[in-house]
Amino acid sequence: MVSSDLTIPEWTAGERSFDPESAAWVQGLVASGPAHDETVVRLHELLLRVARSEVRRRQGQLRIAGPELDDLAHQAAADAVVGVMAKIAQFRGESQFTTWACKFAIFEVSTKIGRHFWQKPTVSMDNEDWDRLPDRFGLDPARIAEWRDVVVALRQAIDDELTEHQRRIFVAIVLDGTPLDSLVIELGTSRNAIYKTLFDARRKLRVSLVTNGYLDDNAVRQT
Amino acid sequence: MSSWGSLERFLVTDPLDAGCAKTFDLLDRYVERELAHRDAAAQFPGIAAHLSRCNPCVQDFEGLLAAIAAGPGSVRREKI
Repeated sequence: MVSSDLTIPEWTAGERSFDPESAAWVQGLVASGPAHDETVVRLHELLLRVARSEVRRRQGQLRIAGPELDDLAHQAAADAVVGVMAKIAQFRGESQFTTWACKFAIFEVSTKIGRHFWQKPTVSMDNEDWDRLPDRFGLDPARIAEWRDVVVALRQAIDDELTEHQRRIFVAIVLDGTPLDSLVIELGTSRNAIYKTLFDARRKLRVSLVTNGYLDDNAVRQT
Repeated sequence: MSSWGSLERFLVTDPLDAGCAKTFDLLDRYVERELAHRDAAAQFPGIAAHLSRCNPCVQDFEGLLAAIAAGPGSVRREKI
């Protein structure tokens, strides 16, 4: 039975060693019967509280409020509990259990917000309006004589250097301003995969602009 | 700085950049280190490099930091 005054000097599972609070959480979650059920309920309460706080913090990014916002928090908390249970064997006690578990709630809120934007996009995806490119980088129209050649070279490098997939990601994120987490939903992939694709595209484009004399390969750290 | 400085900054890639997956794996340790010692960037340079460029992961970092920093009455009091 797990109780609030449970005292566990140190608890280990295999190579893992936890602080007493974290040990109590893990013991409860890996237990069976009422102890397990009680701990799962408390975990859900914790993650729901965090998810609600997070959706309030990010409310300015959303066009929803009230019950719909709270529903998003409930969905995030429920999926976060599933995520924690699925990954509990990977918790190694390198942080407090609550910190480790709460990151799942935060991540699920991001995922739900991404899904929200995907369902109600502000711009159509894959819309290649290249006239928007200078504005996306905040280039001053009054100084077009200074940056026109660079932008033309960038546009050429996008055509010449990027793969079709890299180009699609570039267009969606840079040109259309699609949130990365929405693109994850759209393409059924991971945040890491999208980021890596754009990372490689950025590197290719910079190499091209440096090679052709539009950018200096100076003190900036570069792969 | 040239008039296309923002474009230059966008194109710069950092070889230390840990990526989103590794950042998620270490985010709890990064946040606790930051709250305890204010030197998470020095301890986890690859995560810091990533957070300087990835807005979704920055959002997660700021959210987790806020949740854990809330302290008594919020997450840290959560014991069983």
